[in-house]
Amino acid sequence: MTATSPDRAVTARPAAQPPNYLTEGGSTLRSWLLTHDHKRIAILYALTITVFFFFGGAAAAMIRLNLVTPPGIFAADTYNRLFSIHGIVMVWFFLIPSIPNTLGNFLLPMMIGAKDLAFPRINLLSWYLFVAAGVVALFAVIAGGVDTGWTFYTPFSTMYSNSYVILAISAVFISGFSSILTGLNFIVTVHRLRAPGMTWYRLPIFVWSNYSTAIILVLATPVLAITLALLAVERLLQVGIFDPALGGDPLLFQHLFWFYSHPAVYIMILPGFGVISEVVPCFSRKPIFGYKFVAWASVSFTAVSFLVWAHHMFVAGMSVYAALVFSLLSYIIAVPSAIKVFNWTATLHKGWISFDAPMLYALGFIGLFTTGGLSGLFTANLAFDVHVTDTYFVVAHFHYIMVGGMVSAYFAGLHFWWPKITGRIYHEWWARIAALLIFVGFNLTFFPQFILGYLGMERRYHSYPPEFQFWNILSSAGASILALGYVMPLFYLTWSLYRGQRAGANPWAATGLEWTTPSPPPKHNFDKTPTVTRPPYQYRPEPEPQDAQGHA
Amino acid sequence: MNQGIHFLPETASAHAGEMDWLFAGLMITSAMILALVFGLMVVFCVRYRRNSGAERGNRLGKTWRVEVGWTAATFVLFLGLYFWGANLYLKLHRPPDDTTDIFVVAKQWMWKVEHPGGQREINELHVPVDRPIRLVMTSQDVIHDFAVPAFRIRRDVLPGRYESMWFRPTKVGQYRLFCAEFCGTEHAHMTGIVTVMEQGDYQRWLDAQGPGETLVAQGAALFRQYGCSGCHGPASTVHAPPLEGLFGRPVPLADGSMVTADEGYIRDSILLPKSRIAAGYPAVMPSFDGQIGEEDLFKIVSYVKSLGNASPGTGERPAP
Repeated sequence: MTATSPDRAVTARPAAQPPNYLTEGGSTLRSWLLTHDHKRIAILYALTITVFFFFGGAAAAMIRLNLVTPPGIFAADTYNRLFSIHGIVMVWFFLIPSIPNTLGNFLLPMMIGAKDLAFPRINLLSWYLFVAAGVVALFAVIAGGVDTGWTFYTPFSTMYSNSYVILAISAVFISGFSSILTGLNFIVTVHRLRAPGMTWYRLPIFVWSNYSTAIILVLATPVLAITLALLAVERLLQVGIFDPALGGDPLLFQHLFWFYSHPAVYIMILPGFGVISEVVPCFSRKPIFGYKFVAWASVSFTAVSFLVWAHHMFVAGMSVYAALVFSLLSYIIAVPSAIKVFNWTATLHKGWISFDAPMLYALGFIGLFTTGGLSGLFTANLAFDVHVTDTYFVVAHFHYIMVGGMVSAYFAGLHFWWPKITGRIYHEWWARIAALLIFVGFNLTFFPQFILGYLGMERRYHSYPPEFQFWNILSSAGASILALGYVMPLFYLTWSLYRGQRAGANPWAATGLEWTTPSPPPKHNFDKTPTVTRPPYQYRPEPEPQDAQGHA
Repeated sequence: MNQGIHFLPETASAHAGEMDWLFAGLMITSAMILALVFGLMVVFCVRYRRNSGAERGNRLGKTWRVEVGWTAATFVLFLGLYFWGANLYLKLHRPPDDTTDIFVVAKQWMWKVEHPGGQREINELHVPVDRPIRLVMTSQDVIHDFAVPAFRIRRDVLPGRYESMWFRPTKVGQYRLFCAEFCGTEHAHMTGIVTVMEQGDYQRWLDAQGPGETLVAQGAALFRQYGCSGCHGPASTVHAPPLEGLFGRPVPLADGSMVTADEGYIRDSILLPKSRIAAGYPAVMPSFDGQIGEEDLFKIVSYVKSLGNASPGTGERPAP
């Protein structure tokens, strides 16, 4: 896009590395905990959410272990607390912050040619709030856990649960402030800090999708905060808001909760779309097909995501007419999703496709997201939803989107930008094996759950009738393959930090601004602010040889 | 309900067959889309892999025609699926006139069922085959959900209001009943069995449950016991709305709106009499909130229902 900066990362000796964000400013704990550098904060987030990912994953493993045999190995209460903490941790402490707060934090300023986010101190504050929320959540677990599920449905959560509901919702409440601050920071950054020449239609799709995500974060999260505050008021002060015994409305909570939580699905998936829209063009050596359509599809998700919340409530006692409207709106939001999938597929057409690990994860994403999206056509269908809502069909559906889709996208992004972030290259062969294992393990885990759901197995059952056992065993077997796939990157990525080859500025010969600066980038990203003269994704069929090696 | 590998649940209601067709329609549509997307992906990945010699000269230039084309095609396809599902959903919500109404109370953690004849059962429901059954359901504590996969029906059961749902069983047999909304520790054990019987067997089963009083008769007694008859009875001098012929009729309210007198309206009028006052009557009725349990409440509602088409002044009526 602009003149490439002189290359400096050539020799293998660490001492010869140019000063970068990891070395500048010191490597003391204090220098990390008080940093204002968006890249260091991104690393802090990455470490924190990795801990939460494996914590939530351990809970999932125990859930699958329990479901191998119908009576189960855990007591009912233990099981209920396990799936609740699995949901709470994975949704609020992994999925929602995963891409925006790690990759987004690291890349957004670099992609638009900025030195940092608009509010570096607020960015750090946002991480502290996130950690505080995580500590409260972990404390809730240690204190004895919570048994309401991640949805906290009333009046069970307000008047009947004997677990640590207030602690758990406090954790979510605090993490909400972190989300809002990150969202604000992204919005202001994209509006104010774009480099000269970086017009809206020259923004990479990753920026478009994180920008759209930020808007949802800012608009939807306060609703969640208010809802949880009302829940606390009813539980602590016995004020009738949701419990009909006190004069409240039990459905009101669900309306408020899903008004946040449906858009939250797009908070999770939109940044994933952004990653895939960077990776697929790079490894196809082609501009993304239909750039403007993909960009505006992201924005249209933002708008429509607020109009479909009640499709979670087709059997909950809503009026028939409301259900008709919300089902129609849900079918409409499926259209931009389809556009994205078609555009990624069309990007492959007449490309020069190579199958490096990020591309394998991205292709896996397209497959899993398409399957998950199509199963959404089933659950958005009024009559069909009556049969499958609250069953494993729904569990399979949202895991295909949120785990199959979202985690694959996160891994695609992590592998794609790993050389940029760390300056090192991981072991390609192991990365490909892991991508394959995750894809196979994921399908083996969750596809049987579609069948279980149609057969009528309800979710949140620690024990089930014997006719469901076959598919449950298959699902648990798949989960162990999936777990192996998820653990592998932990090892080969860590290994690459010490033994990996030096990456050079642009190992993939990619076109984004972030690749014009050395890896790892210097503290202020660019020696001088770049001027942008071309649209993104100006890929040439064959990468220039000096870029492929990362040095001239 | 035996162990082994199952791919489809049993089909035991008139509605279940239609649902399976809808399932087939959705499956075929998504299989076609999947085949298209995966097929293209695989073909492109093989044909245009980096070192293949495939021709790449003429890349797709203008994209808006393609974009508008597939967007429109997707939209029309989705709209078709929407109407199919919406139509079936509406059927599920429109019971025929001749339903047998059975009352269900959910509580942590059991299903309590009461038949019109006063027969009661717990975690079991006996119904006759080929008859439309309507369940009127409420919860005593948290939200539950009454689900019978073999009938392809489910509905949340909420505290503080009546939710109803109907089905027509088509096959004699026993089917599982689940609670589908997480309701606390023993959620997974809040299950039961629905037994569909030949109509003659069903009648014999009802008789064998003992000659209990019908819900209407029990309701009539409660109606007097709680003092309702003092105002609403035929001999009353208090200016209270007459209940004869009330059920199913539109009622003009004091605020100018209209409401249909269904079970929910009658229930609300007993518990929250000041919320929807019938036009032309003073708001003097006291609330019975907290004084009548769900089961007694339903008996009184059944009694008021039974006054449905009676002419004014006949008072108590034998059960149908």
